[in-house]
Amino acid sequence: MSLMSGYVKLRYTDGFQPSETQEFAHAIKFDIRCAISLKRRLTSTGTTSNCFQFSSCLVLFHIHRPSSFAQFSFAPRAARFGLPPRSSPRCRPVGGVYSRTRSLPCRPYPRLRPLPTPQRPGRSGSPMRGGAGASQVGTAWLAVVFGLIIVPSALGISLGISEAYMWVLVKTLEWATIRLQKGAKKPQPQMPRTPTANGIIERDETPMEKEISLLHRADFEFSHIFYFCRKGFEAIVEDEVTQRFSSEELLSWNLLTRTNVNFHYISLRLTVVWVIGVIVRYCFLLPLRFTLAAIGIISMIVGTTAVGQLPNGRVKNYLSEVVHLTCSRILVRALSGTIHYHNKENRPQKGGICVANHTSPIDAIILTNDGCYAMVGQVHGGLMGIIQRATVKACPHVWFERSEIKDRHLVTKRLREHVADKTKLPILIFPEGTCINNTSVMMFKKGSFEIGGTIYPVAIKYDPQFGDAFWNSSKYNIVSYLLRIMTSWAIVCNVWYLPPMVRKEGEDAVQFANRVRSAIARQGGLTELPWDGGLKRAKVKDTFKEEQQKNYSKMLVRNGSVGSLNAETESD
Amino acid sequence: MALLDQKNNNVSITVFILCCVHTIMTRKENGWQEHREDFQRIPELAINPLGDRIINAFFPEGEDQVNFRGFMRTLAHFRPIEDNEKSKDQNGPEPLNSRSNKLHFAFRLYDLDKDDKISRDELLQVLRMMVGVNISDEQLGSIADRTIQEADQDGDSAISFAEFVKVLEKVDVEQKMSIRFLH
Repeated sequence: MSLMSGYVKLRYTDGFQPSETQEFAHAIKFDIRCAISLKRRLTSTGTTSNCFQFSSCLVLFHIHRPSSFAQFSFAPRAARFGLPPRSSPRCRPVGGVYSRTRSLPCRPYPRLRPLPTPQRPGRSGSPMRGGAGASQVGTAWLAVVFGLIIVPSALGISLGISEAYMWVLVKTLEWATIRLQKGAKKPQPQMPRTPTANGIIERDETPMEKEISLLHRADFEFSHIFYFCRKGFEAIVEDEVTQRFSSEELLSWNLLTRTNVNFHYISLRLTVVWVIGVIVRYCFLLPLRFTLAAIGIISMIVGTTAVGQLPNGRVKNYLSEVVHLTCSRILVRALSGTIHYHNKENRPQKGGICVANHTSPIDAIILTNDGCYAMVGQVHGGLMGIIQRATVKACPHVWFERSEIKDRHLVTKRLREHVADKTKLPILIFPEGTCINNTSVMMFKKGSFEIGGTIYPVAIKYDPQFGDAFWNSSKYNIVSYLLRIMTSWAIVCNVWYLPPMVRKEGEDAVQFANRVRSAIARQGGLTELPWDGGLKRAKVKDTFKEEQQKNYSKMLVRNGSVGSLNAETESD
Repeated sequence: MALLDQKNNNVSITVFILCCVHTIMTRKENGWQEHREDFQRIPELAINPLGDRIINAFFPEGEDQVNFRGFMRTLAHFRPIEDNEKSKDQNGPEPLNSRSNKLHFAFRLYDLDKDDKISRDELLQVLRMMVGVNISDEQLGSIADRTIQEADQDGDSAISFAEFVKVLEKVDVEQKMSIRFLH
């Protein structure tokens, strides 16, 4: 019972009676109107004969009984009938009456009343264009999407479909890993193992002072340059920083083309599974996810605009929370997201500041899936701008104009006002300032920690096996990033809510920021780097080099080289 | 490449090369040529006081890009010296990572004009790079003078390679100028 797109022929068979038209039309799911006009046409020709024939083009329709043969050929343009028939050995036109038994030369078939021109696609009354079939598929599709995905997410319940999908996915990937390992057992060529979390070279972490002062005399020696030289070469071979700005390498291939860096052809079965994966992802998952995302965004805009019309009060806040949560849930399903929240008792409270590590733009959706936050950010144009303008009516998000964001005092003042109001939702801030690849946490900018108030740290760790959520903004733009996300297997992540922290006495903003960062890194299993995420685009500041120089010169001077020199010259 | 032409192509060399290849492959995006800017983009190298000198060591005379072979040759100086190599036959060409070649590499970091001597000015330049603005010119000058005085044996107020080697004979060069790969 498949929909045959393209041309379908019903072969004409003997003994086709006009009275059978109705049944036949029903059998092939024609529109009744068409069937009636067919019938009329047949009876108008006065034919009681069994056969008729139309010439030219074929049409799409749904075959119900493939065994029912009848040859219809319809006119090409606007499906008009009445073009000269094809001559057939079995059936020849005789003065408008076709009879099998009489073999007379063909004469042009009388011009029939043309069928009504087909309507635009989408109307179910145009079988000529197969609209009936397509629109039915469309409605079925939407019904499935609504029934199985949107309504449960609105109500916050789960039907277990995504769990089943994840189970199948995990089993497939495990199988693929085993195949890869078996394939890699073949001796050549011996590929180096992918780097572990500790890197590929042995790092000597003795500080400068210890290493240089180990030498006999602690004044300048030629060998002092060895320390700097080796550090430099270690940085060239493997540096800690620039590797954080590109996607993490996987230990085992996860059947996505984009991660296929070190893996070559292993076996036919694996390739077949990969091809099936490609088809599933691009032809089934991508349209589904796209539909869901569109529905989610539209409902968010519409919902928040509607709620925004209400007067301020408890009802409005409650409704805005409902709208935000529902739309977040729909969007998370749109990404096939599986999120595990830990320590929900530490969830951010009103009047607090929620701080998290930043990997991708969907971090915000992941967090709002479980609670409501007031977002902080810059006003954008385009679709993002529309969403921002709509949501700010319902819920007091803090959007800054581009000019305002440069003024740090203004930003701090506004955020402070927001935090001071205990009825407002907690703010969500990503202090790294840019997307990092989820293997480490880079320097936290101190601005968010100067506002005051309670900080609620949150650690987000994605599982790269199912899909890489990192947005390399210098390499991909947002559209291609979203396309990649929507054609990955799934987004799986863990979210840990950490206990709230406040600034201690005598601790300045930078130290507080580092303390919070350590807590997040420890919980998420990420490494901590004191480097600024802005190094993705900017060069490193010279102050760091000057610091190194200062340290070295302190050692030279401290160890009395200059002092002993003076003593020597005096004694001479 | 001299390194690969050795007759005893033992596993450690292959592994070293492969690990370097892997490093480079994961970082290179455009072709097999490195430019000076590519090196300067590494933050940890950019804050190294001797960063510029190290980068210059990769680029052959007057050229602006280094290809993979040149890159490997320079990196090969930092291969650790294995015990079994010490006793191998001495007739073949000296490997790039021998003690003597490592010292020569360090010598070249000082010797800018490549005249096989480290003059007082060249030493001052390196010292200035390492201490920045924290030590005055006179102090630095006296440090340089004293160093040359101690190492100079033939009295020409400059350090030749032989004198350089003599000064560093007690230093464990193999350990200080080697990078060990973890695999």
